[in-house]
Amino acid sequence: MKKWLLNWRLFSLFSVMALLLAGCGKPFLSTLQPAGEVADMQYSLMLLSTAIMVLVIVVVTIIFVYVVIRFRQRKGEEKKIPKQVEGSHTLEIIWTVIPIILLLILAVPTVSATFKLSDVKPMNKEKRDKHTVVVNVRANLYWWEFEYPDYGIITSQELVVPTNERVYFNLKASDVKHSFWIPAVGGKMDTNTDNKNQFWLEFDQKAADKAGGIFYGKCAELCGPSHALMDFKVKPLPRKEFDQWVEKMKNAKPVVTDSVAKEGEAIFNKSCIGCHAVTPVDKRPEQARTAPNLANFGDRTRIAGILEHNEENLKKWLKDPNSVKPGNKMAGTYGNLTDDQINALTKYLMSLKVE
Amino acid sequence: MSTVARKKSVIWDYLTTVDHKKIAILYLIAGGFFFLVGGLEALFIRIQLAKPNNDFLVGGLYNQVLTMHGTTMIFLAAMPLIFAMMNAVVPIQIGARDVAFPFLNALGFWLFFFGGVFLNCSWFLGGAPDAGWTSYASLSLESPGHGIDFYVLGLQISGFGTLMGGINFLVTIINMRAPGMTYMRMPMFTWASFVTSALILFAFPPLTVGLVFMMMDRLFGGNFFHPAQGGNTIIWEHLFWIFGHPEVYILVLPAFGIFSEIFATFSKKRLFGYSSMVFATVLIGFLGFMVWAHHMFTTGMGPIANAIFAVATMAIAVPTGIKIFNWLFTMWGGNIRFTTPMLYAVAFIPSFVMGGVTGVMNAAAAADYQYHDSYFVVAHFHYVIVGGVVFALLAGVHYWWPKMFGKMLNEALGKTTFWLFLIGFHLTFFIQHFLGLMGMPRRVFTYLPGQGFETGNLISTVGAFFMAAATIILLVNVIITTAKGKKAEADAWGVGRTLEWAVASPPPEYNFAQTPLVRGLDALWIEKMEGKKGLTPAEPLGDIHMPNSSILPFVISLGLFIAAFGFMYHNQHSWGLFVGIGGLLITLGSMFLRSVIDDHGFHIHKEEIMEAEKGVKA
Ligand code: HEC
Ligand SMILES: [Cu+2]
Repeated sequence: MKKWLLNWRLFSLFSVMALLLAGCGKPFLSTLQPAGEVADMQYSLMLLSTAIMVLVIVVVTIIFVYVVIRFRQRKGEEKKIPKQVEGSHTLEIIWTVIPIILLLILAVPTVSATFKLSDVKPMNKEKRDKHTVVVNVRANLYWWEFEYPDYGIITSQELVVPTNERVYFNLKASDVKHSFWIPAVGGKMDTNTDNKNQFWLEFDQKAADKAGGIFYGKCAELCGPSHALMDFKVKPLPRKEFDQWVEKMKNAKPVVTDSVAKEGEAIFNKSCIGCHAVTPVDKRPEQARTAPNLANFGDRTRIAGILEHNEENLKKWLKDPNSVKPGNKMAGTYGNLTDDQINALTKYLMSLKVE
Repeated sequence: MSTVARKKSVIWDYLTTVDHKKIAILYLIAGGFFFLVGGLEALFIRIQLAKPNNDFLVGGLYNQVLTMHGTTMIFLAAMPLIFAMMNAVVPIQIGARDVAFPFLNALGFWLFFFGGVFLNCSWFLGGAPDAGWTSYASLSLESPGHGIDFYVLGLQISGFGTLMGGINFLVTIINMRAPGMTYMRMPMFTWASFVTSALILFAFPPLTVGLVFMMMDRLFGGNFFHPAQGGNTIIWEHLFWIFGHPEVYILVLPAFGIFSEIFATFSKKRLFGYSSMVFATVLIGFLGFMVWAHHMFTTGMGPIANAIFAVATMAIAVPTGIKIFNWLFTMWGGNIRFTTPMLYAVAFIPSFVMGGVTGVMNAAAAADYQYHDSYFVVAHFHYVIVGGVVFALLAGVHYWWPKMFGKMLNEALGKTTFWLFLIGFHLTFFIQHFLGLMGMPRRVFTYLPGQGFETGNLISTVGAFFMAAATIILLVNVIITTAKGKKAEADAWGVGRTLEWAVASPPPEYNFAQTPLVRGLDALWIEKMEGKKGLTPAEPLGDIHMPNSSILPFVISLGLFIAAFGFMYHNQHSWGLFVGIGGLLITLGSMFLRSVIDDHGFHIHKEEIMEAEKGVKA
C-alpha cells in the first residue's frame, strides 16, 4: 500500500515536471524536447536527478521554514538562553544514510548510461558494416566541416544525416579546441587538437518533423571572438532520401549557365579556389582544406552559419566578413572586390546546388 | 620603540605592517576593490546579453571582460576577502597574539596585491586576457597580444602570495593555539580555515606548474602544449582542474565556517553536531581532490574515468548534506535573532542547497554532456559561489566589522543590502538554468533572436542591477558607519561565543593582555554562563614580545612586479631582459637583507598594557 502510494507520487511528480520542462525552449534546440535516443537517455537522467533533488529541496525547505518561524526570538525573549544541545547520533545517521541511498539510485543509471553512450564499436570494426554511417567532424575557427569517409564526400556548415539509426562521429579540431553540440539530439563532445574523439547520436524522424526539418548545432567551447557565432545546422533525412543525397553529392559539379554567374566563376577561380572547394569530392589533405566546402552552398539555410540565406546577406559577407564574424579567417585574404564582382560572385555561389 | 612606530603616517604604517589585524584590513580593502571591478565587468556582460544581437561589447573585447570577470572574482576578490576574514579572526579565535610568521603574512598580501595590479594593467597595455578564467591551452596559445601573458605572470605572483598565506595559517593553527584550545575545541571557522589552508598547500602547486608550462610556451619557446611538437593541451585541463576544483572548496569551506559561527551565535545555541561538522569539513576537503575530472566529462576521457569521477563527485553531497542539516538543527530550539549576518546565513541555506543539488545533477556524467559549457553550469556555479561564498563574505563582513573597526554597521542599511542582493541574485541566476537547458552555450557574446533566449536573458540582466544597487548601499553603509557609526563593545552582538568577542573592538595590537585558558568549545560562552566577565588567564601579566614592521615584503613583491613586465616584453624589446633581471635582483636583494639583518622585534611593557587595558574595562 505504502509502496504503491510512493510510486504514484513519484510518477505524478515526474509527469508534472516533464510537462513544465517541455514548455521550455524550441523543438529544434532545446535539450528538454529530446529528439533522439541519446537526448532521450539524458533527458530521463535529468528527470530522475531533478526528482530526487526536488525531494531533497522540499524536505530541507519544510524544516527550514518551520525552524525559522517557530524558533525566532519573540518579544520578551531577548534574555532567554535555549538548551545547548550537542547533537544527536540518530539524526546524524539518518541524514547520512538517506542521502547515500538517494545517490545510489542516481549513480546506477548514470554509470549505465555513461557506458551506453560511449559504445562506438560498430564504427571501429575491422570491416565496417555498409549501412553504418560515419561522419568525420572537423571544427575550425569558426566553421564546421563534415566528411563522409565511406562515401568520399565533404560538406560544410550543414550536417546531413539519416534518421532513426545511430550515426557515428569522429571529432577533432584543426586549430583550437571546440565542442560539438546538437542540444535537441544529444549532449556534446569536445573536438580536441590532440586526439580524435568518438561518439554516436540518433536523430528521431518524428521529432525532426516537429522541429521543422532542421536542428540547431552549436560550438560549446570558448574558441575566440566569434565563438558565439560558430553555429551549424543539421538536416535529418529519411534513410532513402539520405542515400539519394549522397549519390547526388558524389557526382556534383558546378553547372554554370548564366553569364553573370560565369563571370563570378572566373573571379572565384582566381581569388577563392585556393581555400574553398566547389565539389564535394575534395581529395586535398585536410590541412589544405582551410575553408568551408561550397559545393552545395545554394542549398543551405544560412550563410557563414548564422546569416539568413539570401543574396543581400551573401553580399554583406563578401564585402566585409569581419562585420559579421569578428576575427574570422577569411577577412582580408582576397583583396578588395568591386560591387560588380560581388554581384557576379553572388550569382555564382547561389547557383552551387546539388538538390 | 612602539611609541616611535605609532608616530609614523597611516600610509607608511600600512605599507610596513606585519600585524594580522591590519593585514586583514588591507586584504579587505584590496579584495573589496577588486570585487567592485569584477562586479562592474559582470554588469557589462549582462548589459551586452540583455537583448539579442546587441553591440555593446562585441567579440574579442567581450571575451576579455568575461575572462577578467572570472579571474578577478576568484583570485582577486573571493580569495583575498576570505584571507581578510581569516586574518581578522583566526589568530584571536585560537587565543594567539599574531600568526606564526607575521613577516610572511605581509609578504603574502603584497604578492597577491601586486599580482592583481599586474593582471589589471593589461587593460591599459594592449588588452586583457581573453581565453576564459580557465585559459584552456589551445586557445590561450593562439591568443595574440600580451593578454594571456598578464594572466600567466600575474597569477603566478599572486599565487605565491596565496600559498604563503595558506602555509602560514596551517602553522599558526597547529602551533599557536592557547592552552586548552585542543583541536576539538577550535571554533568551526578556525577548523574551516585550517582545512582550507591545507587545500591551498596542495592545490596551488599544480596551478603553478601549469602556469609555468604556459609561460614557457608563450614567452620562452617551450612546447608543453603544442601537439605537433609532442606536447598535449589536455594536460593543461588536468593541471588547471586539479587546482580548480579544490579551489571551490578553498572558498566555500571558510564560507561554511563563517555561517557556522553565525548560526550558533544568533540562535544562542551550541553548533549542533560539532564533531560531525569537523568530520564533514575534513572529508569534503579530502574528496575535493578526487573529483577534478568532472569538469572534463566531455573532453573524451572514456566511460570508465567518467563513471568513477561521477560517483566520486556524488559522494561529496553526503558530507555537505550533513552540514546543511546540522545548521538547521542548530537553529532548532534556538532563540533566533535576525541580524543582518543572520539573514545572510538563513538565506544561504536554500540558495546553497539549490547550487548543491544542481552540482549532483552535473555529476551524472551522461546527463552532464548536455549541461556542460551551457548556461546551466553558469547558473550552478554562481549558486554555489555567490549563494555560498559571497553571501558568507557579506555576512562575515557585517558580523566581524565591529570587531575589525570598532563600529557597528547600520542594521537598516545592512538589511536593505541583503534583500536587494538576495532578490537580484535569484533573478539573475535562477533563469539561467533554463537558458542552458534550452540550448544556450556559455561564454557567448551574443545570441540570435528566435531561439527562445530573449526573456530569460532580460530577466537575468535586471537581476544584476539589483545586486549592483545592493553593493552601492553597502558602500554607503560603510561610509556612514566610518563617519559616525555606533561604537562597538568587546562582545559587539552581546551573544558572542568565541574568543574574538572577549577582546576589545578593535583589539589591541597584542590581542590578549594575558593568553587565555580555554576550557571548552565556545570558550567565551562558557565563562559568560558561569557569570564571569572575562576569560581565565593562562599566564601572569608580563611584557609582550612583538615583531617589528618592515617595508621589505612590499619591496620583494614590487621586484617581482617589475620583473614580470621585463620578461613579458623581452621578446620584443631589448630592455626587457634587463628590466626582468633588475626586478629579480630587487626581490633577491630584499630577501638577502631580510636574512642578514637581525630583527629582534620589540617589547610592549607591562605598565603600558595595564594602562591600555584599564581604558577598555572602564
Ligand atoms: C584564406 C582562405 C579563404 C579565402 C581566400 C576565401 N575564403 Fe571564404 N571562407 C573562408 C573561411 C575560413 C570561411 C569560414 C568563415 C567563418 O564562418 O568563420 C569562409 C566562408 C565563406 C563563405 C560562407 C560559407 C558558408 O558555408 O556559409 C562564403 C560564401 C565564402 N567564404 C566565399 C568566399 C569567396 C567568394 C571568396 C573569394 C572572393 C573567398 N570566400 C575567399 C576562407 C577563405
Ligand atoms: Cu568553436
